Amino acid sequence: MKTSVYVNLQRKIIVITLLVSFAPLILLGVTIYHQLAIKYKQKIVEQIRYRAVAQAEAVDLFLKGRTAILSAMADTHKFDYMIEGNNLAHIFEVMNSRAGAFVDLGVIDSTGQHKAYVGPYNLKGLNYYNQPWFGEVMSKGVYISEVYMGYRKIPHFIIAVRRQESQQAWILRATIDPEIFGGIVRAAQVGKTGDAFIVNKERIFQTNPRFSGSIHSQSKLDTTLFGGSTTVIELRDGDGKKRLYAGTWLKNKKWLLVINQEAAEEMAGLFTTYMEVVIIVAGILAIVLTTIFTTRLTVRRLREADTKMRELNAALVQSDKMAALGKMAAGVAHEINNPLAVILQKTGWMEDLLAEEKFQESENIEEFKASIKKIEAHVERARKVVHNMLGYVRKMEPLLEDVDINETLSQTITLLENYAKTNNIEIAPDFADSLPIIASKQDQLQQVFLNLISNAIDAISTDGLIKVISERNDKYIIVKIIDNGPGIPEDQQGKVFDPFFTTKEIGRGTGLGLWISYDITEKLGGTIHLSSREGEGTIFTIQIPIVHPEKK
Amino acid sequence: MDTFSVLVVDDEKDFLETLVSRLKKRKIDTHGAKSGEDALKLIKNRPFDVVILDIKMPGGMDGIEALRAIKKIQPLTEVILLTGHASVETSIEGMKLGAFDYVLKPVKLEELLPKMLQAFEKKNNHDQKVRSAKIRETLKYW
Repeated sequence: MKTSVYVNLQRKIIVITLLVSFAPLILLGVTIYHQLAIKYKQKIVEQIRYRAVAQAEAVDLFLKGRTAILSAMADTHKFDYMIEGNNLAHIFEVMNSRAGAFVDLGVIDSTGQHKAYVGPYNLKGLNYYNQPWFGEVMSKGVYISEVYMGYRKIPHFIIAVRRQESQQAWILRATIDPEIFGGIVRAAQVGKTGDAFIVNKERIFQTNPRFSGSIHSQSKLDTTLFGGSTTVIELRDGDGKKRLYAGTWLKNKKWLLVINQEAAEEMAGLFTTYMEVVIIVAGILAIVLTTIFTTRLTVRRLREADTKMRELNAALVQSDKMAALGKMAAGVAHEINNPLAVILQKTGWMEDLLAEEKFQESENIEEFKASIKKIEAHVERARKVVHNMLGYVRKMEPLLEDVDINETLSQTITLLENYAKTNNIEIAPDFADSLPIIASKQDQLQQVFLNLISNAIDAISTDGLIKVISERNDKYIIVKIIDNGPGIPEDQQGKVFDPFFTTKEIGRGTGLGLWISYDITEKLGGTIHLSSREGEGTIFTIQIPIVHPEKK
Repeated sequence: MDTFSVLVVDDEKDFLETLVSRLKKRKIDTHGAKSGEDALKLIKNRPFDVVILDIKMPGGMDGIEALRAIKKIQPLTEVILLTGHASVETSIEGMKLGAFDYVLKPVKLEELLPKMLQAFEKKNNHDQKVRSAKIRETLKYW
């Protein structure tokens, strides 16, 4: 019952402490996380925007470079030269070695006729007059197509430039390698979920996206969401996951460069690394463990203090009780001894008178004498009880003598050894070496030991062991008398030192032995203490102060 | 042995009367006093060899005070203390004040008498010493 009080208290303290320590921590953590998440997202948005802009510039630069070299070639060569022999192949070689990414190169005259061609497809002789781009390049001078299938039936796009040579206009046209172009765009892909591609206004993929779709197929992305400059938006994809999209229109205003990635992946950076999670968990664990540890310690201290307090209270009550009983006993002794004294004088007077001659012939004189003797015997009996009650056995000697506790114990054991042996009880001494000789009263201590050991013998009754131990600490010599008898029931433990308390049969014990022992040890400045457990035995512990004898 | 004079002081009337009777029956010159004050009056009038004095008497002068007063009036008178309880401290005080011995009530006359005799002998010795000292002193001026 007592234990559960402390367990409850401990649980309450732990719960409250943990709540108090974690609540602000969690609040702080959530706030900081929230703030950080906002900043982090801003950063990510900035980053993706920047990447989109940079990538768009790179792509624009790529196209611009390809267009420039194509224009340079067209401007520096005459139509007749171009279509003659291997000249176009030579130019194609120069272009690819200086710039690269060209798949083929062709020369088309003003009627749309493919006059010369270098490349993997056999396109020479085809007429482009009706192709929509032909008109466009003829009117605008430079043309970059969207991805289309064309004659070769694979998705590609071309760059064409017009050369005005006196009265004649002709077109130099090159196909850009979609793989290389796609590679440049894909360089903006990041992480596991990142994607980068180009779509046109009609949502047709101009490069191969990483996920969902391929070049020249329809994209689901709504291109109208992207405005003039770079736009960053957050959209849910088919799986319901949030994706961040950054789109930049290229300079031709037809193509939209799109970079996107899962928002969660970028934010995952915020969830820190494995190591930091370990540190946080360890921190929480440390708080919990420390709380439990300190609380246990505190509660244990509390418990010990409580126990000490209880013991102290018990000792105080005991000594109060003993003092009161002592006073009462002295009063009772006086009140009884005086009448006894009168009785004894009266019987003595009667004896004196009976001794006179005139009574000698009385037939009942012997009866009288016998009765008087009986009265005296009973007065003597009563006197002994009262004297024992007062511990009168103590001598009046006020001087302390040199006492060797081990020697005193040995003598006492010798006195009781035979009595113990007849009951098959062993008395086992275990004395500390070199106990100091103290100034005390040998006879009185001997009486205490005698009382306690003979009580132990009576408690065991037959077959048992009594240990008599002597030891010392700084202030006291400690004598322990330990028996393995039946022990003292808990409800009787508080009474054993009371006068006239006895569990022995009537006539066998006066109930004064322990009372006198208590009185003697108290008067000698010591203490006597009992601890007993039913069924296990009893331990009497006597502490005798170490008072060094005065040097003679 | 010379007969000697005894004063018994005790507030317990039955005890006092009986003890006085018994001592008288043994040819001892015995007187009784039922309080410390009465005892002092008697002692002022005549010397006693031995006083038997109860330590604890209710009201008036208690045994220790009486002892002190007796020793003042008659320093050579030997006092045996009687006590109804083992008031060791009081007894020790009494011994320090010059009491011859102390005896616990109840006591048999057979135990008390030897002590009275010892006390008387001691007193006699003292007396003799005092007497011879006086004789020596007288002789000095002779």
